[in-house]
Order: sequence, then structure tokens, then C-alpha cells
Amino acid sequence: MPILVNLALGLLFGVGLVVSGMSNPAKVLNFLDLFGSFDPSLAFVMGGAVIVAFVGFRLARLRATPVLAPAFQLPTRRDIDTRVIVGPALFGIGWGLGGFCPGPAFTALGLGAAGTLVFVPAMLAGMWAARLLAERTA
Amino acid sequence: MTEFTPIASLVGGTLIGLSAALLLLLEGRIAGISGIAGRLLPPWRDGLFAQRLAFITGLVAAPFLVAAVTGTPVMQTVSTNLPLMTVAGLLVGFGSVWGGGCTSGHGVCGLARLSPRSLVATLVFMGTGFLTVLVMRHVIGG
Repeated sequence: MPILVNLALGLLFGVGLVVSGMSNPAKVLNFLDLFGSFDPSLAFVMGGAVIVAFVGFRLARLRATPVLAPAFQLPTRRDIDTRVIVGPALFGIGWGLGGFCPGPAFTALGLGAAGTLVFVPAMLAGMWAARLLAERTA
Repeated sequence: MTEFTPIASLVGGTLIGLSAALLLLLEGRIAGISGIAGRLLPPWRDGLFAQRLAFITGLVAAPFLVAAVTGTPVMQTVSTNLPLMTVAGLLVGFGSVWGGGCTSGHGVCGLARLSPRSLVATLVFMGTGFLTVLVMRHVIGG
């Protein structure tokens, strides 16, 4: 059951990325191009997603536990350390170079563009390196 | 140029937010794609590998569902500069996991939870994203 739920929710999330245009790197790069061919569409993606999640999260937390799991697993940290500056800074540079963040990169995988086929393995390698480095320095 | 698509983008954003809300309601977890994808690689600790693989499989399948329903293939423009895309992938992967989230975990879920960490992270990656495109298109490419 949890596997089917995750598959369905991944599909819903991915359909949202495709419908919104977020899965097209050209659209992402134009959103980031404030002083050139600026396309503000992605502000509507973020706005819509945040508003629905804001309301949905509050409704979900009215329950003591999730429907299918024993407990909610939420991030608890609220402090600002160097990792939450350095990580997003590097991520933003990569996002601005390729026009892909992780979700859209996965939705693009099956479309088979050469750029995507090198981006996704490199992304997974980067993720793995960060996890291993974090464990070593923890 | 890409066409300004406020309605489609708002509809798509709503679906993304709905998926994130349902993942919390049903499974009690945050829909952060870098967190889900990063934990597909070893070491595995919490026994949620199959759930994470299923979520990512759903993402990969999504454009085929959209194409089947609308009858038109999903169009996109991806850079053909493969060294650039390799560097971009490494930075996106390392940076998102090192910073504890990407556009979804910090940008959507974190902002929706009013997390100060996620607000800082989102401002930083938007800022370096804008700067990178500015340099690539108007300083180097200009």
C-alpha cells in the first residue's frame, strides 16, 4: 500500500512539474534571466504550490499521526548554519547552468535528451558525495 | 523565448502542493526530491527504499501520462553542452543534499512550514541562480 501511494504521489508531483512548465530547462533559465528573456511563469508554480501545501500541511497536522505511518517525520532545525548557505549557493549555480533542479531532472529522464542523460547520473553522484561527506564530518 | 503561462503554471503548482500535502497526510513525510533521491543510494537505514524508489518512478513516468492524456508529446529544450550539464548535475546534487533540500524541500515544503532555514536556503539558491544566468548570458555570452 505505501509503495502504491508513493508511486501515485510521485506521478502527481511529476504531472504538476510537466503541466507547470518547470520540467523544461529553457523555461527555468528564462525565469532566472531577469534582465533578458524573463518568463515569470515559475513564480506562479511556486506560489500555487506553497499556498496549497501551507493549507494542506495544517489540515494534515490536525491528526495526531499520519494515515499510513506511525508518526510524522518533520525537520526540526530552525538555526542557520554554514551548510544551509553553502549548499543552496552551489545548488543555485548548478540550477542556473543547466536549468534543472532534482524533480524536473527526473521527469525529463525518459524523454532521453543527451544533456539529461549526463545530468542525472552526475546529480546522483553529487548527492552521494554530500551524504558521505556529511557522515564523515558529523 | 518561452511563452508566459500563468494558468498552466498555477495549475501545475497546485498539483505539486497537493502531492506534498498528501505525502505528509498519508506517510508523514516531506516531499523533498533531493532527500528522496539522495537516500536511494547507500547506506540505507530506515527501510523506506521501496517507497522512495516508487516516488521517483512516478516522477519519471509523469511526462508519458501527460502525453497520453493530452495526445501531444512533452516538449523541452535541454542544453547540448555535455561538460556543462555534467558540472551542473554535480553542483545540483551536492548542493541540494549538503544544504538539506532543493526547490521542493526548502522552496515549497519549507516555505509552507514557515521554516527560517528554508527561507534562507530559498533566497540563496534563487540568488545564485539569477547571478549564474546573468553571468552566463549577459557577461560571458553577451
